[in-house]
Formats: sequence, structure tokens, C-alpha cells
Amino acid sequence: MSRKTLLALGAGIAVLLLFPLFLPRFYVYLVSIILLYGLLATSLNLVLGYGGIFQFHHAVFYGVGAYGTTLMLTKTGLPAMLAFIAGPLVSAAFGLVLGIICIRLSKLYFGMLQISLGSLVWAIVYRWYSFTGGDDGIHGIPMPEMLSSPKSAYYFTLIITLVSLFIMWKVIRSPFGSVLQGIRDNPVRSEMIGINVRRHQLLALVLAGFFAGVAGSLFVVVDNTVFPDMLFWTLSLEIVIMCLLGGWFTFLGPMLGAAVIVALRTFVSTYTDYWALVLGIIMMLVIFFLPSGILGYVEEKFKRGFIEPEIEEQ
Amino acid sequence: MLEVTSISKTFDGFKAVNHANLAVEKGEIVAVIGPNGAGKTTLFNLITGIIKPDSGRVLFKNEDITGLPPYEVCRKRISRSFQIVNVFQRLTVFENVQISVLSREKKTWNLFTPSASLAIKETDDILKSVGLLKKKNRTTALLSHGDRKVLEIAMALGGNPEFLILDEPTAGMAAEETSRCIDLIKKLSQTMELTILFCEHDMEIVFGIANRIMVMVRGGTVIQGSCEEVRCNEAVQDAYLGGSDVCLM
Repeated sequence: MSRKTLLALGAGIAVLLLFPLFLPRFYVYLVSIILLYGLLATSLNLVLGYGGIFQFHHAVFYGVGAYGTTLMLTKTGLPAMLAFIAGPLVSAAFGLVLGIICIRLSKLYFGMLQISLGSLVWAIVYRWYSFTGGDDGIHGIPMPEMLSSPKSAYYFTLIITLVSLFIMWKVIRSPFGSVLQGIRDNPVRSEMIGINVRRHQLLALVLAGFFAGVAGSLFVVVDNTVFPDMLFWTLSLEIVIMCLLGGWFTFLGPMLGAAVIVALRTFVSTYTDYWALVLGIIMMLVIFFLPSGILGYVEEKFKRGFIEPEIEEQ
Repeated sequence: MLEVTSISKTFDGFKAVNHANLAVEKGEIVAVIGPNGAGKTTLFNLITGIIKPDSGRVLFKNEDITGLPPYEVCRKRISRSFQIVNVFQRLTVFENVQISVLSREKKTWNLFTPSASLAIKETDDILKSVGLLKKKNRTTALLSHGDRKVLEIAMALGGNPEFLILDEPTAGMAAEETSRCIDLIKKLSQTMELTILFCEHDMEIVFGIANRIMVMVRGGTVIQGSCEEVRCNEAVQDAYLGGSDVCLM
């Protein structure tokens, strides 16, 4: 990484650290939500942009992580920190199970089966009043002392998000990450150079499930609630749009997409009930004018000057 | 080294490959020729496990590899290139070959070591041997067609094969690129002692580099023999020249 990028990153993190000192409470909450949605979108992009797997119902893992943490906190007497680890682990295990079922299908068919199975999970959560609280969800989840104020929740979210992003960044740059991108570009070729495509895809799905679960647990910390809408497919669509809008072949694109979408949703919702309509229009504009997303577009513009001239070898 | 016995594959009633036989000895260059739709690519797909045969056997070094998945076949040190360019479009030339090397070195499950620090020398060596080293940092999508076909071969070499299968290696290449590619194939056979099986439409290339030729027509083997035998075989002339008794070439 160049010095400039490091400096920019450092400055960005410093600003994020200082936010709660001068921003009103509502904005601290908003930035926390942006961070965790950004983490969620980045975890999807691990399989979508880098893996080429059409994970259309990613919200399920977010919801399972959130419910996993919540149920541990409310129904057991185990230490809170254990609950925060258990949520993502349950979510990763769930990613493995759904992955094993769906991975036999490719591309769109994978996505379709995933939407159906995911919706089934949503229906169970929505109906099972005695366990999940049904359509009411669970409110006022007790938090350990150190996470009970909005500020501490913000810092907790910030640190966990940064650590998670760093791990995913390392993974993408590892041999496994290279192979994953190879599989995205050409699964047949990948098999022919000795790669067991399905197993690699499965591990990617498990990792994506885990980090989606982390985002879900963070939502519990920030909002102290869970509700079935966290597993509803419309949220999955929003996450996909975050990736596309920010740039699904870039690492920080989904985070940027999350910032734009969450901010827009918050402000648009104060004026109109038709947020879905606005989202649809954004989706159309992205497809027509920014097919590689905002960051993807910036990267293309920036890189264009650096393509080496065609030199024929003699 | 490789022995294919009476292998068959039917797609929706169409016999793509029909009891084909093929034998390749160690160190040979064997060409498979035949008219369009004769089943050459299907035969290669059957050998490499991309599709499973309905019947027949594939033996490699006396080991039965019939129906093994492609990644297992590759681990037996059989590599192949594809007729239609089949590379990782969004990655650079270097990364394309590097993935292949990493896969051979069984490092693909490594989650935390940066790829950029691994298999650099091996990858550079391969790129150098095929003449793509100067273009290593270019995104594959920006390469010329000829270079991409060569990259195909480079990726196949990443698996450190003993046996290399090339599906129309020079298809769509300009004349100059073609001659460079032929030189490359000869070099691979001589310096790396690779056994090579390839198919090709250009008879000049076939007779120029192959030790032996197998002729396929309508999915079946017509003959496998030396260039001389094939050149004057009646059935081959039938298939190619409509029965005239002029020798091929």
C-alpha cells in the first residue's frame, strides 16, 4: 500500500474516532449504523464481487447473527462477550449449511434457491413467538455496562468493523482470495488448474456468513433490538445495491455504497413513505450510468493514465 | 503414457464421441485431426474430466483416471489449454499464471499470507519461457488474442505438467503469432520433455510438429499412425477430400 493511501486511511480513522466528541447523538447513531451496514455489504461483496457467487439473500446471515447474539443474551446466563462471538459463529455455520445445499447450482439458480431457503428462515423467525418474539421481535435487549451508552456502542462498532474489514482485506489479498477471483472469472478454467471450485466457494460463503453475523451482533449493540425484517429479502436487495452502487470490484466500494444508501434512507424517509421507489430509481441509474459503481468509476478514471503502452516484443 | 480405449459420449442422442481410441507414448507430440464437429474437443473434455464418458476408459501411466473431476486430473500432472480463450479476465497476466502455480503448490487455502509475496520466481520463469514477461502486469482483458492463447499455455504450464493437451493452440492467430506459437510448442517438447497432445485445423502445423496423428471422423477413430501412414490413408482422404486419390498435403 502506498504512503498516500495509508495517510488517507489514518486520517479517515482519526475523523471516525473524533466523531462522537462533536456530533449530536442522532448522528453518532447514524454513523454506527452506516459502519455496520458497510461491514455487512463488504461481507456480501467477498462472495459477490470477489467470488462471483450470486448470494441474493445475504440478510439472512445478518439476521441469524443478530438473533443468535440476542437469544444468548436474553435466554441464557452466559457472559455477554460469549454471545457476541456465538452470533457470528451460528451465522457462519448457517452459511455452511445453506452453502452446501445451494452450491450445486450455479449463478442465478444459486441466487433463486437461496432466496427461497432464506425466506423460509424469515417465516420461521416471523412466526415462532415463544422463541424469537415473532413479528414483534425482541426489544430492550440488556447490554453489559461497558456497551450501554451510545458512545461506547459506537466505539465498539467502529473497532470491530475496522478489525473485520482488515481481516477481509487480508483474505482477499491471500492466495485464497486470488483463487476466489479466478473462480469468479472462470470456474471451468479454475478446475482445470487443479482447484476444487466448490470447496473454495463454500469457505467463502462461510466467511461471508460469519462477517454478516458480526454486523448483526453489532446492530444488537447499537440498537438493542432485533426484528424479523432484518432477515427480509428487501434488505438483501438493499445490500446488493450498496455493493453495486459503491463498486463491487473494489474493496471499500460497498462501505461507500452503505453510507450513501443508509444516509439517503434516513433523510428520504422523513419526507416520504416511498423509500423503495427512490431505491429503485437509484438502482436504475447505477445500472445505466455507473455499471462498475462509484469507486469503480473513480478507479477506472484514475488508472486510465497508467496503462502501459503496447510494446511488441521482438 | 496415455491410453484411451473405446470412449463414448452421447449428447441428446447425438454421438459426439463414438468408441474413440487413442494412445500417446511418453515424449511424443500427437495431433488429433478431423473435420469440424468430429468430436476433438469433446475427446479432450473426456480425458480431462470436464465431462464424464458414457463408456470407455482413460488410463494415464497405467492408472485409471476415467471420470475423475478436472482438479483431480490436473493433480496427476495433466494440463490443458482451451480452444476458446479461457483465462481470468479481470486479473493480470502474472496473477493468471500465479494462481496456477499456487494451486500446484497447494497454497490455495492460505488465508493470510499476501499472494504478492508468493511463487514470484516460478511464475516469472514460466512467463519468460513463453515470452510474456514484459506484459506481466497487464490486465488480461487488454491482451491481444494471440497473447491470450499463449497465456493459456502458460497457465497450463503452471501446474508443472508431464502431459500437455492443447486445443487448437493457434486458432485465430496472425501468421507471425502462429509461427511463434509453433516454436514454443516445439521448445516445450524438447526442453521440458513434455508429452503433448493437440488438435489443429492447419495441416501445415500438424505435419510440421506432430510425431504421430490420430484422425477422428464423426466421433470415431479412423486411424492413428505416423504422418506418412495418415497422409496416404484412403479413409482419411475420403473424409477430407471427398474420396480423391490425391495424397493429403
